[in-house]
Amino acid sequence: MNRLNQLYAWLMLLPALVLLLAFTHIPALTTLWHSLFFPARGRRPSEFAGLENYRSMLDDAVFWQAFYNNLWYAIGTVPTSMGLALAMALWVNSKISGRAALRLAYFTPTMLPMIAVANIWLFFYTPEIGLFNKLLNSVGLSGINWLGDPNWALPSLMLMTIWKEAGFFMIFYLAALQSLNKDIYAAAAVENASPLYVFRRITLPLLMPTTLFVLVNAVLNAFKLVDHLFILTKGGPNNATNLLLYYIYENAFSFFDSNYAAALTLVLLTLLILLALVQFLLIERRVHYR
Amino acid sequence: MSQLEVRQLRKQWQETLAVKDISFEIAQGEFVALLGPSGCGKSTTLKMIAGLEDPSAGSIHLNGQDITHLPPGKRGLAMVFQSYALFPHLSIAENIVFGLKARGVGALERDQRLKRVTDLVNLGDHLAKKPSQLSGGQCQRVALARAIIAEAPLCLMDEPLSNLDAKLRNEMRVELRALQQRLGMTVLYVTHDQVEAMSMADRILLLNQGEIAQCGTPNALYQTPENTFVARFIGNPPMNLLHQDRSMLGVRPEHIRLAETGIAADVQRCDYHGADTIIDACLPSLSQQLIKLRLPGHQLLATGTRLNLQWFSDDQHLFCNTTGQRLPDYAQPTLTTHSLIQKELHHVTQH
Ligand SMILES: Nc1ncnc2c1ncn2[C@@H]1O[C@H](COP(=O)(O)OP(=O)(O)OP(=O)(O)O)[C@@H](O)[C@H]1O
Ligand SMILES: [Mg+2]
Repeated sequence: MNRLNQLYAWLMLLPALVLLLAFTHIPALTTLWHSLFFPARGRRPSEFAGLENYRSMLDDAVFWQAFYNNLWYAIGTVPTSMGLALAMALWVNSKISGRAALRLAYFTPTMLPMIAVANIWLFFYTPEIGLFNKLLNSVGLSGINWLGDPNWALPSLMLMTIWKEAGFFMIFYLAALQSLNKDIYAAAAVENASPLYVFRRITLPLLMPTTLFVLVNAVLNAFKLVDHLFILTKGGPNNATNLLLYYIYENAFSFFDSNYAAALTLVLLTLLILLALVQFLLIERRVHYR
Repeated sequence: MSQLEVRQLRKQWQETLAVKDISFEIAQGEFVALLGPSGCGKSTTLKMIAGLEDPSAGSIHLNGQDITHLPPGKRGLAMVFQSYALFPHLSIAENIVFGLKARGVGALERDQRLKRVTDLVNLGDHLAKKPSQLSGGQCQRVALARAIIAEAPLCLMDEPLSNLDAKLRNEMRVELRALQQRLGMTVLYVTHDQVEAMSMADRILLLNQGEIAQCGTPNALYQTPENTFVARFIGNPPMNLLHQDRSMLGVRPEHIRLAETGIAADVQRCDYHGADTIIDACLPSLSQQLIKLRLPGHQLLATGTRLNLQWFSDDQHLFCNTTGQRLPDYAQPTLTTHSLIQKELHHVTQH
């Protein structure tokens, strides 16, 4: 009986397992294998390189720039978009008129594809006729070359990302807020707890599971979402907005060094796994699961 | 001077009128039960007093101060919720002192009061646990402790025992009442359970569709119900109401006894309850109306058995046929069937 159950269990798991192996685990292993070779040049077959690809990464200035860019990008977008998402969720969850419309308005950026969003923001950022510069000009300030200036390009991308991501994260916070017991808020009100005190002692702790979930997703997205680079900057100017995943793409499909790209991919993967682990371990302890 | 004074309190949502201009008072140290069927506006009334719901009209005074429009935290009252409303992420101790912390009471005094209260409700061993690690009865005690520690002049409770099983509910009922008396708490206690109200309360406020049907001691509600609603609501099984020409005659099942003579009744069915048996019988002399009577012990009576019923005239109530209001005793019409019983009953020694 027990054996039969086991057999059933494995049979049930089989389809998902096959797909997972074929499209995730085996490619990951071939990527690892791939990263240990030099690229084939002309007729010359690819040679075994050992860890050479990884060593050259250490000397690759563009890689380090993309790495730090990505770090700043994550630091700049994740906390801000999460904070904004929470604030919007709290506001949209309160008793205000027209909150359904407001919720929809906040959620709209999320429904748009990243490419479309990038096109909209391209219009905002365009030097001569862009919305932002027009606004600056109208108050007598000179315009900024948002995407062309190496100092402004990355922050400009961050701003757009925050705009796009906050609405998405708001949905999770809103769902969590609505599932909270109303009575405990009534109890807190009877105890004369101020709104700030209630937020700090009740709402925030009870939202911790959601915060963890959103944080992991936000960090992953910060390393995963590069669609907008294709439209807005292509990693420029002078690699000022190059991000890791975009750099991998460049190596694989512009420079045709798929082996180096494979090595980069593994580094990115390891980085993400480490980040996720750290977040879970650090925050799990402070999370209250009901 | 009374502690709580509610005057002409009303709550309206669009077309639903949940509470209809009710007025009542609660004295210092009194335990008042707000009793009524589901949906009659008990919780709404309580929430308006607590400040969790805005009244449409009327005023609320606590110790002479008008609190009608004060925020809940400024009213100086404590509340126990039906769902306990414990903070799931805080320890029991943190739950209990939450209000003291929010009000900025010093750590030393907080600890002293926590100690005192946890001793009162027997929670000493569980202070470090989370609410999810406690049983229903223990959670109930935590909610109670949180209300007691505030030492508020008035404590509101919304069906605090309704989530407990029957045995625990009985125990908690006794415990809660003892605690209230020991601490001299003023309590307004919402319940739909007449047994709870009857056994715990000094006074019962019986609500029907947003209006006060009757307000008085448990005994008053049982002995002299003001109208047919009160008569039917208090007592289990409810009072028999027999339709006559111009009035309704009410008599409780437990007040009917069997005798040699009296009103004839034919047994329809017997319902054995352990300590007693509830018998349904129909009355041929009153166009086959159904009457319930409670007899002690296990009674096995065949359907159709002829019984003769009697009751003391003191235990008999008369209500107006149209308004359902209690008719004054001197207006009792002397129908032939009853005059016979009344005469007969003079021979029975009064208890
Ligand atoms: N927010 C609301 N909006 C509209 N109607 C409401 C609202 N809250 C309550 N009501 C109505 O008011 C009436 C009284 O409700 P209330 O909750 O006070 O009943 P209750 O006596 O506490 O009943 P129960 O014993 O079931 O808790 C009900 O008819 C209910 O439908
Ligand atoms: Mg209720």
